Amino acid sequence: MSSATPKFQWDDPFSIELQLTEDERQIRDAAASYCQDRLGSRVLEAFRNEKTDVAIFREMGELGLLGPTIPEAYGGSGLNYVCYGLVAREVERVDSGYRSMMSVQSSLVMVPINEFGTEAQKQKYLPKLARGEWIGCFGLTEPDHGSDPGSMITRAKKVPGGYSLSGSKMWISNSPIADVFVVWAKDDEGSIRGFILEKGWKGLSAPAVHGKVGLRASITGEVVMDGVFVPEENAFPDIRGLKGPFTCLNSARFGIAWGALGAAEDCYARARQYVMDRKQFGRPLAANQLIQKKLADMLTEIGMGLQGCLRLARLKDEGKASVELTSVLKRNSCGKALEIARLARDMMGAMVFPMSMALLAIWST
Amino acid sequence: MKVLVAVKRVLDYNVKVRVKSDQSGVDLANVKMSMNPFDEIAVEEAVRLKEAGLASEIVVVSAGVSQSQETLRTALAIGADRAILVESEVELQPLAVAKILQHVAEKEQVGIIILGKQAIDDDCNQTGQMLASLMDLSQATFASKLEIKESKAFVTREVDGGLETLELDLPAVVTADLRLNEPRFITLPNIMKAKKKSLEVIKVDALNLDIAPRIKTLKVVEPGARKAGVVVADAAALIDKLKNEAKVI
Repeated sequence: MSSATPKFQWDDPFSIELQLTEDERQIRDAAASYCQDRLGSRVLEAFRNEKTDVAIFREMGELGLLGPTIPEAYGGSGLNYVCYGLVAREVERVDSGYRSMMSVQSSLVMVPINEFGTEAQKQKYLPKLARGEWIGCFGLTEPDHGSDPGSMITRAKKVPGGYSLSGSKMWISNSPIADVFVVWAKDDEGSIRGFILEKGWKGLSAPAVHGKVGLRASITGEVVMDGVFVPEENAFPDIRGLKGPFTCLNSARFGIAWGALGAAEDCYARARQYVMDRKQFGRPLAANQLIQKKLADMLTEIGMGLQGCLRLARLKDEGKASVELTSVLKRNSCGKALEIARLARDMMGAMVFPMSMALLAIWST
Repeated sequence: MKVLVAVKRVLDYNVKVRVKSDQSGVDLANVKMSMNPFDEIAVEEAVRLKEAGLASEIVVVSAGVSQSQETLRTALAIGADRAILVESEVELQPLAVAKILQHVAEKEQVGIIILGKQAIDDDCNQTGQMLASLMDLSQATFASKLEIKESKAFVTREVDGGLETLELDLPAVVTADLRLNEPRFITLPNIMKAKKKSLEVIKVDALNLDIAPRIKTLKVVEPGARKAGVVVADAAALIDKLKNEAKVI
């Protein structure tokens, strides 16, 4: 008989596995097998050469990873937030840039269209975004207006039949390859409104930002609008003010809270394996308490962080999660993941460079 | 044509296997279990037959503990139409599984039965062959290619030194090898759809079959650690060692 004393699992100290339903585990496994196989094989090249493979959107679309919480009627997968979190964790286990590509499409483009869009907007844009046929981006931040988007200077001037948009947006993930642009601008009354723009419209351009040291597998750019005419039917009809963009950012933060821990788990697993295999002075590095302390810190933070994320996801599914809790966990996950990546780098020394892309990617984020 | 596919719930191929301290078997407590990889290939092949219009329905069957329902759900998510679990709390050896599959295949009147060539837990590689014998059907094991034309199956199999192609009358038993196909990634919407497909659970006792184990496991041990090699001074020393120590030449 196996012993009755419960065994400690280094990679799942809180038995998250037992707190998931059968479907949630299956969805996690399905996402994991795609990520490890198809994304894992590309990330080195993509990171090294700052190359974004647009085929990834199509692949993710086929698997249902884009807009997982969007209703099936609009081409989404109709899943709960636990599943969304589990998927983000698997994608970011490979690379933060890939999770960023997915989050922007799902949370920053599909969520606002689903929440604030007209029926016609939903019908037109969501199914193609869900399939990855169209790539979306989200324009809120401006060169001089980052944390304070309320002071944005992009303007939507009322003109016959619609609006004329002028201004520029900066640090926009996916923008150089985007087909659909969800852009926020102030109208003549000075209130913030959302608009859906399409590639090729007169006056719209999206130059790439090159030479980033982090998120290199995910392309970033600007969105420049020089009197772009946006027809009335492409404006979100009712939403006004920062509530619009903040709804999207809260959804994205939820994915980041899970994703960052996925990256941290990968760093932890690689560093752990390395210090057990690497022998110096006739014994593994892991035999030293200095190393063990680092491993214990990593294990504790990841375990507690994930348990917190799961609780948040369950609350979200019950409609009881406060916005602040998402921010608390996003902050916790990112801070701890960064710390874990740095610890892993210290433990692996120079070997970090050839060995771990995820580690490099998160550490340079 | 109805297709029957057999799947087994086994220790995940990524898991590092540990032997129980009393050497009675492998420790399965808290370890990840998933579908036998060769069975996944079998399910994929059946789905491809259906997509090509050659199969009308795919019935997937598993024999074993209640948790095998998860494995069946995975098969349904890949594209099988309905599932049957023959539930048993006692150990089922290949002969018992073959008898169970025979019962299901006869009841369902299937046109072809596809199985993985072996399960990665016990590596028996017996069930398909035993099933073909019990049902008196043609069999093609280690299939690397399967074609259905009219009421015949053409199966290419990997044999020592090359490929062999067999022509079989249907119904027949085919066991899948690694290179038969590359299973698709399961999509999230299909996992949700699979929840709505039928999964019937039958208690093994209700079938009145003799499933008593025929083989008794005496002891399970981990493979011994590999001994370090030696460096020989020259070719003559190597030949001497091969001849007199290893006795291979």
